[in-house]
Amino acid sequence: MTTFPWLLTMIAVPAVGAAAVAALPRGRESLARQLALGVSLLVLLLAVLATIAFDAGGERFQLTTSVSWIPDFGVDFALGVDGIALVMLLLIGVLVPVVVVASWREEATGRRSMRAFWAWLLLLESMMVGVFAATDVFLFYVFFEAMLVPMYFLIGSFGGPRRQYAAVKFFLYSLVGGLVMLAAVIGLYVVSANELGEGTFAFDALRQIEIDPGVQKLLFLGFFVAFAIKAPLVPFHTWLPDSGAEAPIGGAVLLVGVLDKVGTFGFIRYCLPLFPDASRDLAPYVLVLAVAGVLYAALLAMGQSDMKRLVSYTSIAHFGFIALGIFAFTTEATTGAVLYMVNHGIATGLLFLVVGMLIARGGSRLVGDYGGVAAQAPLLAGVFLIAGLASLALPGTNSFVSEFLVLIGSFPTRPVATVLATVGIVLAALYVLLVYQRTMHGPARGVLLEPAPETTAPATGGGGATAATATLEAPAAAPARLRVRDLSRRELAVAAPMVALIIALGVYPQPLIALIEPAVAATMSDVGADPAGVSPEAPVEGTD
Amino acid sequence: METVPADGLIAASWLLIALPLAGAAVLLLGGRRTDRWGHLLGTGTVVAAFVLGLLCTLQLGGRRVDVDLFTFVSTGSLDVQAGLLFDPLSAVFVLLITGVGALIHVYSIGYMAHDPRRRRFFAYLNLFVAAMLLLVLGDNFVALYVGWEGVGLASYLLIAFWHERPSAATAAKKAFIMNRVGDVGLALAIFLMFAQLGTVSYDGVFGAVGTLAGGTVTAIGLLLLLGACGKSGQFPLQAWLPDAMEGPTPVSALIHAATMVTAGVYLIARCAPIYDETPTARAVVLAVGAITLMIGAIAGCAQDDIKKVLAYSTVSQIGYMFLAVGLGPVGYVAGLAHLLTHGFFKAGLFLGAGSVMHAMGDSVDMRRFGGLASRMKVTFVTFGLGYLALIGFPFLSGFYTKDAIIEAAFDRGDGWGYLLGGVAILAAGLTAFYMTRLMLMTFFGRPRWEPGVHPHESPTVMTAPMVLLAVGSVLAGFLLVVAFPLESWLTPVFGEPEEAEHVVAPLVVSVLVTVVMALGVLTAWLFVGRREVPVTAPVRVSPVTRAARRALYADAVNESLFMRPGQWLTRALVFVDNRGVDGAVNGLAATLGGSSSRLGRTQTGFVRSYALSMLGGAVVVAGALLAVTAG
Amino acid sequence: MSLTHYLVLAAILFTIGAVGVLVRRNAIVVFMCVELMLNSVNLTLVTFARANGTVDGQVMAFFVMVVAAAEVVVGLAIIMSIYRTRRSASVDDANLLKY
Repeated sequence: MTTFPWLLTMIAVPAVGAAAVAALPRGRESLARQLALGVSLLVLLLAVLATIAFDAGGERFQLTTSVSWIPDFGVDFALGVDGIALVMLLLIGVLVPVVVVASWREEATGRRSMRAFWAWLLLLESMMVGVFAATDVFLFYVFFEAMLVPMYFLIGSFGGPRRQYAAVKFFLYSLVGGLVMLAAVIGLYVVSANELGEGTFAFDALRQIEIDPGVQKLLFLGFFVAFAIKAPLVPFHTWLPDSGAEAPIGGAVLLVGVLDKVGTFGFIRYCLPLFPDASRDLAPYVLVLAVAGVLYAALLAMGQSDMKRLVSYTSIAHFGFIALGIFAFTTEATTGAVLYMVNHGIATGLLFLVVGMLIARGGSRLVGDYGGVAAQAPLLAGVFLIAGLASLALPGTNSFVSEFLVLIGSFPTRPVATVLATVGIVLAALYVLLVYQRTMHGPARGVLLEPAPETTAPATGGGGATAATATLEAPAAAPARLRVRDLSRRELAVAAPMVALIIALGVYPQPLIALIEPAVAATMSDVGADPAGVSPEAPVEGTD
Repeated sequence: METVPADGLIAASWLLIALPLAGAAVLLLGGRRTDRWGHLLGTGTVVAAFVLGLLCTLQLGGRRVDVDLFTFVSTGSLDVQAGLLFDPLSAVFVLLITGVGALIHVYSIGYMAHDPRRRRFFAYLNLFVAAMLLLVLGDNFVALYVGWEGVGLASYLLIAFWHERPSAATAAKKAFIMNRVGDVGLALAIFLMFAQLGTVSYDGVFGAVGTLAGGTVTAIGLLLLLGACGKSGQFPLQAWLPDAMEGPTPVSALIHAATMVTAGVYLIARCAPIYDETPTARAVVLAVGAITLMIGAIAGCAQDDIKKVLAYSTVSQIGYMFLAVGLGPVGYVAGLAHLLTHGFFKAGLFLGAGSVMHAMGDSVDMRRFGGLASRMKVTFVTFGLGYLALIGFPFLSGFYTKDAIIEAAFDRGDGWGYLLGGVAILAAGLTAFYMTRLMLMTFFGRPRWEPGVHPHESPTVMTAPMVLLAVGSVLAGFLLVVAFPLESWLTPVFGEPEEAEHVVAPLVVSVLVTVVMALGVLTAWLFVGRREVPVTAPVRVSPVTRAARRALYADAVNESLFMRPGQWLTRALVFVDNRGVDGAVNGLAATLGGSSSRLGRTQTGFVRSYALSMLGGAVVVAGALLAVTAG
Repeated sequence: MSLTHYLVLAAILFTIGAVGVLVRRNAIVVFMCVELMLNSVNLTLVTFARANGTVDGQVMAFFVMVVAAAEVVVGLAIIMSIYRTRRSASVDDANLLKY
């Protein structure tokens, strides 16, 4: 079984699926989405089987496949996963089927066809698997850039009213970062050629090289800028609210759930092991960005009137936590950061999905256009609340474990940054509860209001502007009611697995931690930290 | 005190948490199918937990039992085991939570009978009981923290139970946020413990706390105190508790009077080994307790909302408990005893208030009550007993436990001791004043009812718990202090009690407190009982009354110090982000676009001008080459 | 005749061609001037080939001639079609290729 090329299959299956979906004749839209669901479930199955085949205590990279690709430059099509990459593959495996079901009833605008949507989605899945599975820096770069293309079309063709602007912005930001990284990748090749006599892109070989500190800093910055844009860290973040707001819900989930994680994954996989000295020297500056992100984005999230932008800003705040955990250089914090990457994908993914369900009902993205939904749609409100609580890292939800690990692991080495970031948990409570109260609590109001029976005026269910007049016209005697249906079976099928994962990983996270920790410990020894974790400052008398 | 592994029934003590949790899960997931019997299931799980807790306590017998469950998180040097610690201290709390909890569940069956969402109410109550039990049973600080925020969530859900009312939704949010501020303190304390000691279990931390530097211990103590203040509504985080009365009254009784808000006292008592090492932090606990008990008592005197009076009374009484545990070993038992008796009489008072509201069409305005004593006899008698217990009427509960605290304060023996004791006695007088005012306005005098209100006694399912709690209010003090001393039960936790050297004779203190209490009652009668109560609050009142009505401007301070600057900052940052950060990027794009269009104008379309520029370019290149090779 | 004579001749031819391209409007004349420049280069190549006694330059010259022939075909065709559509062979009239 170990010789089965799991990763190659996981890349190939969705790619072939994408081609098949694209080749379907016009009018077979429902077959296209069924095919998409089937393929994504198959990838999930493969991811689970690959996890079973993976030995947590074994070698660093497992399930490896390597084919010589461009021998002149020492480029191999080399795939392999450590625990960190493996959990990301699991996350992809879970999120894509959920996104497919969530987008089941999406309709394409204009001349576009939903077949293209499903095809791009599957192609995106293939690229995402590739970017996490690559163990060759050049191959990683190729997937890193190739990933942009399907996402560009998902945003640009199937997004909201300002989709063109958002898609171009997303593409340009990512491209700038990618080009800077390309320069650093080539620089790395040249350095390896000087050191080893023969240039290589293989991660394991590059990890062994001692690079001159000055050169290290430059190369580190090249990679860092690309990943900081992707992640995104303040001040490279402004593309995310636009993309997150304009992307179709499914695209937005994968964007913040997986795509952005490539940035933080890159910090752990490439920045730290390849440039340990530069990482240590520049970590204080990165931490400033991380903590600034936690506080700044949280405050901004509070000030947003557009729900999708709000969720995007909360993600930026969460990425600040992840970056803090990574650049604290302790096993506990970095394990927490990796766990955070998974948990954030689930929690914020669900938040995006449930916001999308609300928007699908009211047709408006504005917080102010909703009110009192909880009274009429308790399931919707309940799922919203669970997603929100996971986002504010309430104990019992998965995010708590990761946020707690990040903070407790960072405190011993970076106390000031940790204390400041801890203040962020109050802000997180504020931005979640504010939007929850405004949309779900209080008296019924907004675009979902039932048209008052007496008024002969045309339907008031339209835009946000008509809502105010509807409220005014409503007779004071009859209490306003909302016309909103609760979650449908399909929407429950979307929410249920996510809620189950939020609770399950919140109560019993240890299996995932056991999977992640060996890879994190290896990274810590690369960067010169103690892989066994923090050692207490005061002597402990007797153990517990 | 050695910890022994679990055996017998105690090994199954995880069921204490699992039972109500399962109840909550069934009720929430079961949907409308469980509407018919949901309240019975919800009550049943808590009653079962109470029985189990009682049996476990009987088996315990002064031991300290550790129940290992599973590995929660283990990475690097951090190892958090999910485990329970069943010792005399947690047993006391388990019995309080499940006992009072079960009574309040029963009461809620009647109180919420007409609410279409009764099933969900019981689910949230069960969730609360589970989280609260985890809080007191956890054997490490992470479990404590999980329970700590879990009760915060349950409190949020229950305050916002009638979430159509904007005031309820806002109060719930406010409670959660202010609790979270405290939680930051608790979290930082845990981080500091891990950084210094490498462990977060009670045994590990308490065993090694003596090796820490004094400043570190003080920091841990103060951070824990911040957490305790948030949860217990203590100064400076007290403003959420009165607002939390927006929730249904059984919630106020269970969460915001008897159990959750006393979690801060539990935390400080549990962390006695830490506070024993740091007199500074302990002094701050004392100060917080003293300040809060005065704030609560003063604000309680000027409220017209019956639940708000009781809420400020709770703030004030928890201030007493903080004062007690801040006194150190002499005060722990006194504080916990007051916590238990307070649990009985305050829950009883809230249930009584709920019964009154039930009768008065959900009104809480005492100015529209009056003369209810004859209409609601059971409520009047049970409420009256709770009232007497609270103000410290001789030989009822409050008399024993409050006097013990005041004695302990005097026993410090220094000037501070006299000051604290004096403050506590003064607050006892104020307590008597505002509670008598409440009694007079509600049950005596001429009826001032709203038109159309016909008060009637509540059904038995509601009055039975009130009677039981009233019995508890009468007897608990005697039982806990004299008959079966809590002090000896808790000896395994806090050590042998030292024979205190009384600075002021206990008898003198008792007499003094009783006299001050009588003065308070008399004043209230002079101000309220003798006169007609106006149905609207007088506008022209002294500045002191105005300040007391606004709870000494706590909300105003919070709003002007935090809320408004925060809102301003948020708006400013949104502007900066859109115009500044994003504007810089878009500006760069616009600059590039503009310059490229300007450069584009040089593309005239005339081939010959292109040819000229090519020639020019070729000449420049050739010249450069010549210059390089020649030079 | 020394090497210099050939090179001076080539330079003169090249200059005539370049000036012609710059100052004349008629596309055919411009085209001829371009050819003149190409051939001046050919002359230089052949000259150096002879001076150095190798055939490299001559081979190169043949390449240039072949390319020039192909270019003449394409170029004349373009000029023809422009003339047909615009009734003019002036290069200044064909100025659509601009920003």
